[in-house]
Amino acid sequence: MSYWKIAWRNMQERALASSLTGLSMALGVALMVLVLVIHQVFVNQLSNDAQGYNFIIGGSGSPYEVVLTTVFHVGKPLYPIPYRVYKKFIDGGEFAQYTDLAVPVCLGDSYSTEDGQQFRVVGTTPDMFGKLAYGAEKDGTEKFYRFKKGGRNFKSENFFEAVLGSVAANRTGLTVGDKFRPTHGISGQGDKHDEFTVVGILEPTGTSNDRALFINIEGFYLLAGHARAPKAGSSLTAEAVDASGSGSETHDHPAPLPEEQREVTSVLVRCKADQLMAPMAVEMGVNKGEDRSAQAVAPVNVVERLKESFLAPMRLVLLVLTVMIVVVAGISILVSIYNSMSERSHDIAVMRALGASRKAVMGVILTESILLSLLGGIAGLLLGHGVLAAASPVVEFYTGITVHAWEFTWQELFLVPGLVAFAALVGFLPAVSAYRTDVAKTLGGAR
Amino acid sequence: MLVLNEVKKSYLEPNGERLPILDVPRFQLAAGEQVVLRGRSGCGKTTLLNCIAGLTTVDSGRIELNGRDVTGLPEAARDRFRAGYIGFVFQTFNLLPAFTALENVMLGMSFTGGRPEPQRAKQLLTEVGLGHRLTHKPRALSVGEQQRVAVARALANRPVLLLADEPTANVDPAHQQHIIDLLRGACVRENVAMLLVTHSTEVAQQFDRVEHLEEINRAVGLAPMP
Repeated sequence: MSYWKIAWRNMQERALASSLTGLSMALGVALMVLVLVIHQVFVNQLSNDAQGYNFIIGGSGSPYEVVLTTVFHVGKPLYPIPYRVYKKFIDGGEFAQYTDLAVPVCLGDSYSTEDGQQFRVVGTTPDMFGKLAYGAEKDGTEKFYRFKKGGRNFKSENFFEAVLGSVAANRTGLTVGDKFRPTHGISGQGDKHDEFTVVGILEPTGTSNDRALFINIEGFYLLAGHARAPKAGSSLTAEAVDASGSGSETHDHPAPLPEEQREVTSVLVRCKADQLMAPMAVEMGVNKGEDRSAQAVAPVNVVERLKESFLAPMRLVLLVLTVMIVVVAGISILVSIYNSMSERSHDIAVMRALGASRKAVMGVILTESILLSLLGGIAGLLLGHGVLAAASPVVEFYTGITVHAWEFTWQELFLVPGLVAFAALVGFLPAVSAYRTDVAKTLGGAR
Repeated sequence: MLVLNEVKKSYLEPNGERLPILDVPRFQLAAGEQVVLRGRSGCGKTTLLNCIAGLTTVDSGRIELNGRDVTGLPEAARDRFRAGYIGFVFQTFNLLPAFTALENVMLGMSFTGGRPEPQRAKQLLTEVGLGHRLTHKPRALSVGEQQRVAVARALANRPVLLLADEPTANVDPAHQQHIIDLLRGACVRENVAMLLVTHSTEVAQQFDRVEHLEEINRAVGLAPMP
């Protein structure tokens, strides 16, 4: 009979204690799996969100703020930059020769549901969903936005059309054909703007854009409070400010806001791939040129710094915590087996009398400890990934983040072997106790 | 087959003095012989069995089994030797509660270094009348059945010597005779020598050779009686 079978029978004999010990180990491992996988998903999410373009051209402030507000829709948007900065990247502008695509982004509005959920409203052009990739597959193939059935991208000429991210649509309940009114400002307390009609809902992308509502930038400019006051001496009159619906134009076909009155929060710039020096030219031109009204931020670099500055220490802390949980679970194995040693000393003595060597009984106890940790570890892996699998649809519905429950992190490869090694370590103490069992005394005293 | 020569054993008392337990100048047992060992409580019967089995080391002297000096073996070798050559039947049967009757018998085969023989284990259990109780755990067996499993386990490795330490002490007189018959029959069948410790006069009277430890152990009388 193998040590495994002997250990298994011993565990069966103490089924409740063994189950509870294994459960505590499983919970510790499951927690560790959750931390590892969620961290990986979060890191991937961060990296994915900053893909598809080389630079964000934003206002003065911290590069972190530029990325956080533009990419992740977090925090108060920076002061806008002049529209002429955007123009430098299009239509023969200063950087147009280096630019493959420039997508303007206007931030500052929001949309609140009746139950208090708040979403950012982003003014942009149809190029955001028509030409810009939001990420890449593992083989490098770019991933482009797709619309759910019955939806489409908004059209440049239809100023008051909107497209919703998948999570925003799920949580607001808005569907294609519905109308909604953004609120001025990001606090949710501002005035209600004009209505926009939802014409498309995006498939989940796993990026922060899933949680935003996108409106035609031309409509955004025409909303109250979004037009910049014309400069003194301009041909535009004061009445031209907030020009939406002015003159003979109708709501459906209003005149666009004059460029002089326009600003953008940021511009997403994708450089021409065939010009290797293009990114450097754009960065130098924007950050070191004469016009210092904007800065060029490479989001990939900022995200990397974010990961190094915040996520790596956080991950370390979480890992230390979960390792401690597993250590506690491991110690519970030690306590469980060690406490049982007095009641099992008789059985051990019998085994010794039957010919088992000291090493053999020690091996049986170590095997039991390893078996407990092995079963607890495997159960924990299954439990952790099972929880992820069960939670995945809910997480995706509410956050747009796709959690691939059965994708394993490389750290998990070391989890079970590490546990086995640890179990061997904690099992050593009771195993030594078994090793030292005095057979003659234990079997009834020798005289 | 079994020869004890000038075997001495003492225990260290808490006050630092050594308390002599065994001082056996000569004791022999022939192959297949069945001997009863009697003696009052505390005279060293169990210690003698433990010394023969190699569970306890002797202070001096030789214990030879099948021509091999057990006392000269290192502990691991003694363990293997015990597993292969000596069967043990205890007063309280000492079946392991986590294992079935069959597994208890096979457990005894697990420490010899060879492969367990399930067929032999089943055969032994069948011979002691437990062919239908192979998968029952000790708690599901009667006292008599437990002792029969213990006998089968003791014979599992084809030992040359069976040590039985008061195997009938915990059973009623009706079962007592049954167990003795079982042990004696099994030992004859398997050609195993038996050294049986008992307090029972009825049991002792059935054996041709009865040894009183007080007569062969010079240490008796030196140790205070409990």
